[in-house]
Amino acid sequence: MSKTVLIADDEPNIVISLEFLLEQAGYQVMVAHDGQEALESIERQPPDLVLLDVMLPRLSGFDVCQKIRENPAWQHMRIVMLTAKGREVEISKGLALGANAYITKPFSTQELLAQIGAQLAVD
Amino acid sequence: MSPRLRFAFWLSILSLLLGSLLALAGGLLWADLNSQERAAVLSLLAGRGALLVVLCGLLLIPFGVLLRLWLAAYPEVVIRLSEEVGIIHRVNPAHRVALTGSRDMRRLGAALNAFAEAHCALQREVAVRIEEANARLEQEKNRLAALMSELDQSVLVCNREGRILLYNSSASLLLEPDAAGPAGAPVGLGRSIFGILDQRLIVHALERVRQRLQQDNPSPVAHFVTARGANLLRAQMAPVLDQQGELIGFVLILDDITRSVELNSRRDALLQQLTEGTRAALGNIRAAAETVEQYPQMDAEHRQRFGKVISDEAQRLSQHLEQVLSQHADLLRPQWPLEDMLATDLLLALQRNFAATLGVTVRYQGGDESLWLSLDSYSLVQALTQLMGAMVATLGIREVTFELAVEGRFVRLALRWSGMALDPQQLHEWEQRSCSPVAEDDAAASTLKEVLERHGGELWCQADALSGDNRLYLQLPVSQPEVQAPLPARVQGRPVYYDFDLFSQPGQTPELDELPLRELAYTVFDTETTGLAPSEGDEIISIGAARIVNGRLLMQECFEQLIDPHRAIPRESQLIHGLSPQMLAGQPSIGEVLPLFQRFAEDTVLVAHNAAFDMRFLQLKEAQTGIRFIQPVLDTLLLSALVHPGHAADEHRLEQIAARLGVPVVGRHTALGDAMVTGEVFLKLIPLLAERGIHTLKQAREASRKTLYAKLEY
Repeated sequence: MSKTVLIADDEPNIVISLEFLLEQAGYQVMVAHDGQEALESIERQPPDLVLLDVMLPRLSGFDVCQKIRENPAWQHMRIVMLTAKGREVEISKGLALGANAYITKPFSTQELLAQIGAQLAVD
Repeated sequence: MSPRLRFAFWLSILSLLLGSLLALAGGLLWADLNSQERAAVLSLLAGRGALLVVLCGLLLIPFGVLLRLWLAAYPEVVIRLSEEVGIIHRVNPAHRVALTGSRDMRRLGAALNAFAEAHCALQREVAVRIEEANARLEQEKNRLAALMSELDQSVLVCNREGRILLYNSSASLLLEPDAAGPAGAPVGLGRSIFGILDQRLIVHALERVRQRLQQDNPSPVAHFVTARGANLLRAQMAPVLDQQGELIGFVLILDDITRSVELNSRRDALLQQLTEGTRAALGNIRAAAETVEQYPQMDAEHRQRFGKVISDEAQRLSQHLEQVLSQHADLLRPQWPLEDMLATDLLLALQRNFAATLGVTVRYQGGDESLWLSLDSYSLVQALTQLMGAMVATLGIREVTFELAVEGRFVRLALRWSGMALDPQQLHEWEQRSCSPVAEDDAAASTLKEVLERHGGELWCQADALSGDNRLYLQLPVSQPEVQAPLPARVQGRPVYYDFDLFSQPGQTPELDELPLRELAYTVFDTETTGLAPSEGDEIISIGAARIVNGRLLMQECFEQLIDPHRAIPRESQLIHGLSPQMLAGQPSIGEVLPLFQRFAEDTVLVAHNAAFDMRFLQLKEAQTGIRFIQPVLDTLLLSALVHPGHAADEHRLEQIAARLGVPVVGRHTALGDAMVTGEVFLKLIPLLAERGIHTLKQAREASRKTLYAKLEY
């Protein structure tokens, strides 16, 4: 059975690429456009990995990350954070809140896919 | 004791003495008489009692007259003499005793005057010596003061208790209390720095300095930043040590960093907008581009969608870039040290230089007087002159016309000439040439292009084929000059901005009362009013005040303010103070002035001549303004009566006291002039009070109270 990935990003221009790439790579892809929607989607159907943008409307990526980790059932969910801010403090905060990896925009799609693949292979 | 009382006292003693002598003589006589003789005497006296009393009274008259003459000739003159000798000795060596009383006393007076003369001469000689010795010291102090006053940075030196011993004019400007801002005291000698800057910050910094001293840190300096109104100040604190290495004070160096912080934060914001602001868009483009590249077999619909993503994002990125750059255009210029200069001044400099070095006549009609530029005027004028020289050599120009125009945020200067046109290619070549006037191949010298880049300027040429006019354009950005605060003009003479004697003085404690008069800080003040009856609606129309710190009247730290009384000013009062309704119209009202005066007088003892009068005016305003003057008050009128009780009441007017104590009177009947005279008089009274055992504030106040009662009873 193929693994599921939730893309939580409010920018359609990146979602279109990510969605296409992940589908081509054989993942089952879901999309959420803000933090609240992302949480609801996770409750409905917990994905194997969340591609989480930091700057989300309604609920920020950090908050979503925190809420995921608060739920014992979601401890094994992989979280890869995406951000347009490349400051070290933010990276460190994301990792502290329980993200498994942190990727700064602009990124190489190859590396992103490799990272996602590596995260899902850990299990 | 008053002269009349003293006469009555001596006369009664004399009558008592005479009476008892007569009684004794009578008694002895009576004892010697036999009974017959006694009877004869009794019969002789019988019925003549009244005559006897009159006779006794008559006998008293010559004695009384003699007593009066003697009193006037000796004891009264002696008291007066001793007061006057006291004046000569302590206060005014030029004063001479009045020659009154008996011939002996007059001779004594003359001898005293001769002695005073000799004493005076001796004193003068000593003074000259001291003067010479002090001159050298003074010179060194002046050097320091000159250095300080020329410093751009604000410098304050304080003792351990935070009292200001030295400041420069830059500090007093920077820390000037702002009527709209926080209620701070003005900078002044002897004032507490804690009234000006946050005490906790200074104490904390001082603590760090102490720590570093203990750790033998080679640079025991602390820094802090504090906001003052809209300004951000950066302070550096360095310790002042005595010979034993003990901390006795500190130096504060203040910089207004408002502008540089603002500039830095804007630059940070720009950098952030240019980096982080472009990450997302770049990320989208890259992801889309890589996807398209990776899947060449992608269907047309998808391909089109990705193409749209790329072009949308690229457009967004360009717009973002444009927007950011236009917002921060002024930040992107190289930060070469540039000075503000009027555009017209630049033209005048060019005109002069062209004429002097190239013999080119420049015509200029004059133009906008208020256009400011940021320039390194020397290098710009040199570079342009060299360019002009090349144009003269190539094109044979003898005469040019300057034209000045404003284009948006730029000033456009045109050099117009008729004749041969300038080839733009040639201009580019010249722009690359070094513009060193000495050697053309000097590697360190800038080219015209570099000079222009420093100024954010551009240069181009245009030829108008129709009119035959050629123009060389120089475009420079307009700058906003920093507003230069005008220096206070009322300061005359060399400013006294330092007083290092304060190093050895303790801070003002609640035990103000026990402090010696010499060591206190005073505010001497005077008011001019519309009349003499505050309770009947007379108002203050002027307050003048000066400060006395460490036994010195500080001429530079004065307070002088006219006040609009919002009522008519009687003619007779105008004759005294010379203030007309026109001069007072539009001045601030008493409600605005009293808070400022209160701040000025903070932490000092108030001194005024006939202080009761001025204080009554201030107290009547308490309810209206909420300003209370609760500090101790001393009155030079009462203090003068205290040290010279032998002088009559009308000899304690300010002019008389000033004349007696050798204080020159200037500007009488202006509030500040009278305050200054009062201050000088007060300083002369302090040693005279000390002679009478009045040393502390408490003693002075209690003694004053007693004279006041004495006067009231009189």
